Amino acid sequence: MSSIGTGYDLSASHFSPDGRVFQVEYAQKAVENSGTAIGIRGKDGVVMGVEKLVTSKLYEQGANKRLFNIDRHIGGAVAGLLADARTLVERAKEESSNYRFSYGSPIPLKHLTDRVSGYVHAYTLHSAVRPFGTSMIVASYDADGPEMFLIEPSGVSWGYYGCAIGKAKQQAKTEIEKLKMKDMSMKDLVKEVAKIIYMVHDEVKDKSFELEMSWVGEATDGKHQLVPKDVHVAAEKYAKESLEESDDSDEEEL
Amino acid sequence: MATPAFPTSFVPGPLWGNGPTPGQVYNFPGAATAPDQWGTQRTLNPSVTTTSVLAVKYKDGVVMAADMLGSYGSLARYRNCPRLQKINDKTILGCSGDYADFQFLSNIINQRVVEEECLNDGFSYTPPGLHSWLTRVMYNRRSQFNPLWNTYLVGGIHQEKPFLGYVDKIGIAYEADTIATGFGAYLALPILRDAVEKNKKMEEKQAVELIDRCMKLLFYRDARSLNKYQVAVVTKKGSEIRGPIVSEANWEIAHMVKGYE
Repeated sequence: MSSIGTGYDLSASHFSPDGRVFQVEYAQKAVENSGTAIGIRGKDGVVMGVEKLVTSKLYEQGANKRLFNIDRHIGGAVAGLLADARTLVERAKEESSNYRFSYGSPIPLKHLTDRVSGYVHAYTLHSAVRPFGTSMIVASYDADGPEMFLIEPSGVSWGYYGCAIGKAKQQAKTEIEKLKMKDMSMKDLVKEVAKIIYMVHDEVKDKSFELEMSWVGEATDGKHQLVPKDVHVAAEKYAKESLEESDDSDEEEL
Repeated sequence: MATPAFPTSFVPGPLWGNGPTPGQVYNFPGAATAPDQWGTQRTLNPSVTTTSVLAVKYKDGVVMAADMLGSYGSLARYRNCPRLQKINDKTILGCSGDYADFQFLSNIINQRVVEEECLNDGFSYTPPGLHSWLTRVMYNRRSQFNPLWNTYLVGGIHQEKPFLGYVDKIGIAYEADTIATGFGAYLALPILRDAVEKNKKMEEKQAVELIDRCMKLLFYRDARSLNKYQVAVVTKKGSEIRGPIVSEANWEIAHMVKGYE
């Protein structure tokens, strides 16, 4: 960052002369250092996938999960600082709990997103706090169909058909754009999500990773849950095979 | 854990009020707000009430039943009040007494179950766990002189065995093979006990028939009951709530009853 040391980056409550808030941009950097997470919204559900980088062989398998259940019908995938992400998930759980108590029905994802992003935004306004070093994709399915939003460290949130955060977000977005996701079922999307995560993983820089996938939609009866083992294994197999094929064809072209 | 603001009613109130707080600077009295002068009013009577819940353990599970009437005093005001709740595949809850208090606690339990499911850690509320928790809630509320005006039955499967427990509004709790609340304790419980004693290895079909017979009997005898009811069954295979079931009554001999005119 060119403006390092100019003194405008010490607090989230200061603008730089050209109208930027550096603390927020640093928070976004923290997200970009993290393993990739993607979400794709199809016609009957949303599928999310995370490239969970395993930084030590000493961890138990399945440690430090990055996919969360926020409510029965809402799931979240995170990238960035995991501890910040957990705080954010707790907040989201509390919001959806409060909504249920006040209104007696599950919280619509739009409401949850607005509440949580408002909370994130508040952390970009004061000198006493630092912004969340976390982006969170939230997804749900209800009578009106599937929905997906992305909440960023700046506190902005948008609805998406496909989104990607973390290290390889650019490459992942390019891959997602190739899909006709609006016509795809969640069962088809699982394979594509697995394939994209395997594709964007950088074997040279990051040695090992665990693929985490979750979905919410018609096939899960509107409940957000981790993709069942058999589906997960099948999708992983599909991902590996189709990547090997494309490697082979690359070699033929040479 | 997400702990919303509403269940603060379980937290014991202050040890004493309107006096100096231990360890704090003394505040001169006079800052009391208007409502404090008039004290507080608590529920002295239930308003919309529900009648008996019946439950019986059998060979591989528990059957529970409760009718769907919400009475406003002696007025049969609401006829569609479900009060059997599926907690999870191994646990069910039945309630009699004040319907609003049941709805209040039911909401809290529901939210707790959602949060529990979200953790996805392979644990879930067990029947004895829920039963024990309910004893604390009920006893705590009676200790604040503000009881939840209910009697709860918890049924389910725990460690492969059927479980059936009772908790009332002052926190009295026990487990038993057959339990009935309200009028059912007088009218149905002897029949339930008799049947279970004579047939220790009761099948599900027999247990359900027994409960059906008792619900019909209660409809004949209990003036705050209705012939529309639900039945909950828990086995190792899971829990389900059946109904509403309507029992057909026969009042043909009613005109022969004399002496109450």
